[in-house]
Amino acid sequence: MSNLSTTTAEFASAADAAPAPSPRGIRPSDDARGSDSGSGLPNARKLASGPSADALDATPWAASAAPALQAGRLSSLDTLESEAIHIIREVVAEFEKPALLFSGGKDSVVMLHLATKAFWPGKVPFPVLHVDTGHNFPEVLDFRDRTVERLGLKLVVGSVQEFIDRGELAERADGTRNPLQTVPLLDAIQRNKFDAVFGGGRRDEDKARAKERILSLRDEFGQWDPRNQRPELWNLYNGRHTVGQHVRAFPISNWTELDIWRYIERENIELPGLYYAHERQVFARDGMWRAVGEVSQPRPDEDVITKTVRYRTVGDMSCTGAVESNAYTVSDVVVEVAASTLTERGATRADDRISEAAMEDRKKDGYF
Amino acid sequence: MTTAAVLPADLETALPTTLFRFATAGSVDDGKSTLVGRLLHDSKAILADQLDAVARTSADRGFGGDKGGIDLALLTDGLRAEREQGITIDVAYRYFATDQRSFILADCPGHVQYTKNTVTGASTADAVVVLIDARKGVLEQTRRHLSVLQLLRVAHVIVAVNKIDLVDFSESVFRDIEAEVQQVGRELGLGSDGISDLLVIPVSALDGDNVVERSGRTPWYTGPALLEVLETLPAADELESHLESFRFPVQLVIRPQGALAPDAVAAGLDVEAFRDYRAYAGQITEGSVKVGEQVSVLTPGQAPRTTTVAGIDFAGASLEEAAAPQSVAIRLADEFDVARGDTIAAAGTVCEASADLYAALCWLSPKPLREGQKVLVKHGTRTVQAMVRSVSGKLDLATFKLEGASSLELNDIGHAQLRLAAPLPLENYLHHRRTGAFLVIDPLDGNTLAAGLVKDHPGDHEDERYSI
Repeated sequence: MSNLSTTTAEFASAADAAPAPSPRGIRPSDDARGSDSGSGLPNARKLASGPSADALDATPWAASAAPALQAGRLSSLDTLESEAIHIIREVVAEFEKPALLFSGGKDSVVMLHLATKAFWPGKVPFPVLHVDTGHNFPEVLDFRDRTVERLGLKLVVGSVQEFIDRGELAERADGTRNPLQTVPLLDAIQRNKFDAVFGGGRRDEDKARAKERILSLRDEFGQWDPRNQRPELWNLYNGRHTVGQHVRAFPISNWTELDIWRYIERENIELPGLYYAHERQVFARDGMWRAVGEVSQPRPDEDVITKTVRYRTVGDMSCTGAVESNAYTVSDVVVEVAASTLTERGATRADDRISEAAMEDRKKDGYF
Repeated sequence: MTTAAVLPADLETALPTTLFRFATAGSVDDGKSTLVGRLLHDSKAILADQLDAVARTSADRGFGGDKGGIDLALLTDGLRAEREQGITIDVAYRYFATDQRSFILADCPGHVQYTKNTVTGASTADAVVVLIDARKGVLEQTRRHLSVLQLLRVAHVIVAVNKIDLVDFSESVFRDIEAEVQQVGRELGLGSDGISDLLVIPVSALDGDNVVERSGRTPWYTGPALLEVLETLPAADELESHLESFRFPVQLVIRPQGALAPDAVAAGLDVEAFRDYRAYAGQITEGSVKVGEQVSVLTPGQAPRTTTVAGIDFAGASLEEAAAPQSVAIRLADEFDVARGDTIAAAGTVCEASADLYAALCWLSPKPLREGQKVLVKHGTRTVQAMVRSVSGKLDLATFKLEGASSLELNDIGHAQLRLAAPLPLENYLHHRRTGAFLVIDPLDGNTLAAGLVKDHPGDHEDERYSI
């Protein structure tokens, strides 16, 4: 019988993420993407047959793009990818004006990658929407802009700062801006007449999200009503809505954090560098390592030290913590995530530690 | 101790895992949430911070009395109201993995709307675990659950006889329940079609017996533990792919149009190379297809048009062959006018489109179904208007008999005839789990009213396996 009494170290960054030491030793963090996502690794695959040379040139990830049947069955990653692409295509076919929430965070980067594959050789047929907290990691904002530029997409930005400047939002006592994103988000949806918004939300992230539908109906106030959701049957998605309502679509609902990282490894997807181990000036607060930055300053009693850290989630800089890590490459991260003893939100999000129902309350108000 | 996930011994050489979807169903207080919690806990899917939160709540509530302990049922409660009221409101999805498989678990509550929740969970499940309390045996709700699972053609039904510790691990109690389950299964025809099967396992969710590991306390049971079964059962796709013919509902047309609309070609691609590119995007719902094979394009209201597959594309790669459930883009040799809502199917297996729909309906809405009502029917990638011509009966789920009825209410399963505003390529659900399924939608508020399963027209050969 398992021993159910457990203790957990209070300090997330210390208890979490005890990765196997990298056999390749320390690498400069700009090499973080890794170059070894080839054969031999889980879910790595070979091409069923050769694509035309010009298609390959223009599509760097095409060499790993062809799903192969494993003894008659798709691998779990290929099945999840196929399901997500089916959902993305359904939404584009059935809605007038979709948009994709894109923050530069790993889940939204995977979403954009899936959209690119869903419409190849066509362009992604919708704009991306970023709700800017004003508390960004500069390298993430830079990554966002480079990605949008590379794919030739339109970027719509909803700014928390502008709402605060106009007096339509008030800064919270704790300085956290994650919960403030809802108002600019709904405003951007309304002004741009988006009727469907893709998000990278996953059901394994949080217990409220575990109850979320793949197509989630929102009323004119953007509210989520968890007690009155439509049943979702087979692969038939019902996105009907009336004027003023819109739908949030979560094509990667069924992916776990480890699936995301295995997919990033397999598809060789670029991420902002802070997802990989790097040296950073940090201080300890609320059991997490906080980066020193413009909106994230240590109090006099908080010592600043230099640590080798990485981020498991990327959000409002003032409430997102780093974890100590030696995962310099994507394959290091896959190993680290597989061995982690803490959830990504538990380890790195101060706002989700406020109460057991923090995410549920935010979602009911119209959050992602 | 901590609950570090166990890694495959050698990550570098591990085979890719496959996906297996299963659902749990049970009655009130039969320990379903505890079983799910146990499965997640013992398979190391619960991380330390989640377990801490549950431990705190368990202690606050005095769970386990002086001995203390963790109420595993709390692991599956997602919403504030669920924790406050101690009930589960809605289907919750959980994820865990072993070396062989990644699992998606749809945890379906057994309270109100149990049919709605069971139908939802079972519609995508490769297997469903039904719980029985060993002290209570087969209840009416057990019969209802099994009946719904038979109707939905769930490939594997596993009955977990829980709380076996509370009947002193008695073999005779288990054997009696097992015999009754098998009897109900025979009455329903579960396991008789060569695809589905029915297994019965004695478990104690509270203590973990036969959940992840085989128990020494049930020496008379020589079968596998629940997780062993879930790890080794073939998924529905494996069972069905060789039986079914190729079906591909077209979701949309990918046609960047080259120089005419250069902006529509993905950045970095040669516009000229894709000037005449035209492919049909979709997910293969059944069977498989190869380049060069003959296919028919089914456009409702038109005669089938036959051509060959010129190419199967996926994001810049050309495939020789693809199978369900892959999402691909198919190019055809002839330039037909093909649009969303059309179906590409293996030539020679074409089903005829019909505007008369005979179906079993699982009614999921508090709004009752009435004869004469106007609804929408969503089938594949097509949504059409429809009128309910008649309700021909309602299923008594406890006796499996069809009773006379002229309306259907929440949780009812009945038979109805609908007239469609446009013909659809309908196929019997018994043979086509995807193309035989549809949604009934309320045109007023857009809500889903029912899960529909296509039946043969009365007078056509009725399959006896479908004679509920």
